[in-house]
Amino acid sequence: MIDTLDQRLLSAIQQGLPMSPRPYAELGAQIGLSESEVLARLTALKQDGLIKRLGVIVKHRQLGYRANAMVVWDIPDEQVQHIGQMISRLEFVNLCYRRPRHGATWPYNLFCMIHGKSKETVLQQLALLEQACHTQAFPKQVLFSRRCFKQRGAIYTKSEPATAHG
Amino acid sequence: MLTPLHKRLLNDYQRDFPLSPTPYQDIALELGVSEEDVIDAFVELDEQDVITRIGPVIPPNRIGVSTLAAIAVPETELEAVAQIISAYPEVNHNYEREHRFNLWFVVIAADAQHLAQVLADIEQQTGYPVMSLPLMEDYFIDLSFKLDLHDD
Repeated sequence: MIDTLDQRLLSAIQQGLPMSPRPYAELGAQIGLSESEVLARLTALKQDGLIKRLGVIVKHRQLGYRANAMVVWDIPDEQVQHIGQMISRLEFVNLCYRRPRHGATWPYNLFCMIHGKSKETVLQQLALLEQACHTQAFPKQVLFSRRCFKQRGAIYTKSEPATAHG
Repeated sequence: MLTPLHKRLLNDYQRDFPLSPTPYQDIALELGVSEEDVIDAFVELDEQDVITRIGPVIPPNRIGVSTLAAIAVPETELEAVAQIISAYPEVNHNYEREHRFNLWFVVIAADAQHLAQVLADIEQQTGYPVMSLPLMEDYFIDLSFKLDLHDD
């Protein structure tokens, strides 16, 4: 478990690293930590995997990546891990998760996300994926996004920690 | 407009942002520009709304709990239902998608009990059942995203 100071540090840095010459000192001043403590704690959080990456969080839609597909498959349980690992190695895939099936209405257990500049490019990439990972035979659905009603990235508060993507 | 410096900053600093007292100075040295250039360029990217922030990405379910949830709503009610769901502070993504399950959202909470309460409350407020699909396994290692920023 992480301690209270780490939680406060994560809450503070999730508001965005200040864009000024000594940003970690500024962050520390907000929560009562020295610059060197902030740096040591962030380094440890990264090493422990509690920070998956630290850096620029881009808005794909604003950069011309307007097509976003969530692709889901129904893969036999004994194969899902192997196929999930193969899919996650493809450069154009952003996320790849196993999730539970939900009865007959939702029999899909493997999810991946593909961002592209157009639907056509996303579908071409999906065709490459299916060929490379031998998923053609499994039932699948492609859910393109339409409207974005809310996208806040993951903002944490003390009472409300958050995640990369559920 | 994105300058060559903007593009380098967008593509090369999605992960391993320098953890040193002067990260912008470190980046400036790597790219052969001044610290002021780097800071100004990041401020411009922020103003142009092409970045959310400089910050951490935290893997799902390492701190607190979360789920991906979906709901099937008639087209005519979609906007109203989406607004009800977006209003929850525990909801951080909410997208319309092309499917019978046409609204997909991520719910995050400090613990499982609070997460279940939010989902039950959304069902009550909207009048539709919520399908909750919590993460079982994450196959992805690196969440950075290689951008093709050639003008086209």
